[in-house]
Amino acid sequence: MKINFEHSLAAHCESGVTRSMLRHYGVKISEPMALGIGAGVFFSYMPFIKLHGMPVVSFRPLPGHIFARVTRRLGARISSRRFLNKDKAMRALDRLLEKGTPTGAIVGVFYLPYFPKEYRFHFNAHNICIIGKEGDVYTVSDPVSVVTNEISSADLKRVRFAKGTWPPMGKMYWVKHVSSTEPDLRPAILSGILLNCRRMLDIPIPFFGVKGIAMLADSMRQWESKLGARKAALQLAQVIRMLEEIGTGGAGFRYMYAAFLQEADAVLGGETGLGIFAVRMTAIGDAWRDFAFEAARKFKRRSEDVCSYNGLADKLSDIAGLERAFFTDLREAAGKL
Amino acid sequence: MKTEDVPQDNKYLGSTTIRDLYYAVDDSGQYVPVASTGWEPQNEALRITWDAIGEEAEAIRQEVLAGRKSPLAYHMEIHLMTPALLASYTGLNRKDIKRHLSPAAFAALDDYVLGRYAEAFGIDVNELKSLGHED
Repeated sequence: MKINFEHSLAAHCESGVTRSMLRHYGVKISEPMALGIGAGVFFSYMPFIKLHGMPVVSFRPLPGHIFARVTRRLGARISSRRFLNKDKAMRALDRLLEKGTPTGAIVGVFYLPYFPKEYRFHFNAHNICIIGKEGDVYTVSDPVSVVTNEISSADLKRVRFAKGTWPPMGKMYWVKHVSSTEPDLRPAILSGILLNCRRMLDIPIPFFGVKGIAMLADSMRQWESKLGARKAALQLAQVIRMLEEIGTGGAGFRYMYAAFLQEADAVLGGETGLGIFAVRMTAIGDAWRDFAFEAARKFKRRSEDVCSYNGLADKLSDIAGLERAFFTDLREAAGKL
Repeated sequence: MKTEDVPQDNKYLGSTTIRDLYYAVDDSGQYVPVASTGWEPQNEALRITWDAIGEEAEAIRQEVLAGRKSPLAYHMEIHLMTPALLASYTGLNRKDIKRHLSPAAFAALDDYVLGRYAEAFGIDVNELKSLGHED
């Protein structure tokens, strides 16, 4: 049995699943639109949570947030479940598939068989959409794959119950009902923008949003003296991996957000001024790419004129400033729309 | 980023169905999705990460061969696991896992415990007892 489901490649797993699932129910939105309405641009630096023994740096909201925000704002009713029992989790999935419901699932990538080996870490926040089952084999629409993939029941069970930081506990989610296939995008876009500005600017603890970027910059200055060259380089590599990992669309979602702002401008009738913000966001994306480029030159060690950690921290600190100004101005502009 | 600047630095993705997707600006100034096989700085970040894991695994392999550590230590390293993570995969006690990293304690394990470890790594018990498994 296979659900007739339009699979397509996406930049990010969660905005991709959200887009494809809503399109399945007739709500024809793009992936950048899902990212923007879901307020999907974020930054967090959490030195107190470790992944592979290094502090977590993340460019996305916690898994589930984009999907929940977009569906709520577009008037879709959803449901989600976590499980303690693995077999129950698989049976519940089968029942949904039998009813023809494409079902989203959060999985760990370490044991995901079709993932490239080099990208398999104990990272437990990948979103896929399960769209069929034939015998013991499931068909999945993985938004970072160009085609649908197949996965055995045993493998799927294993990745749904991956362990470690943020274990998914078999979490699955699905759309129950869509109230309109042509929802009013205007309020959804505006509240998505305002929420994103709040998330980047207003969280009062220093690990999140632009404050988090500044904090990472500050701590990076001490990495080499505190950790030694080797460990510092590995920690820097982890930052670059998170920034440019499959599923960010490059530059930690910034390019995709620029695409959203351009589309939002058109949806709201043009002349909103959001087009200028799209251009600014693209420039910020370029600054992140420049940071990644300079950081990667450190790994090669051959070239003489590599950036010091202080130099990299300066770049990050500049980005924090750019993003602070960007979201402050965007909030003001969106408040008037 | 312009569509023609979207990197195609294939190193890890080419042989799989996985691709990066960038929203890049085309000639008319519109953002359009463009698939990518990878970008060199990202490939470099992955390379030094895996090189470091490989070096660590080789050091542990030598210690296993010298009889100072059990094969469990090697399999833990190549599966990027800590005792805490392995404990949650196996349901075993973290302290016991640390103990099993010594050859004597590992040699005394019964089939049940060995089976738990093998299952957590997705290998069979014979592979667990040897160093042959290279994922």
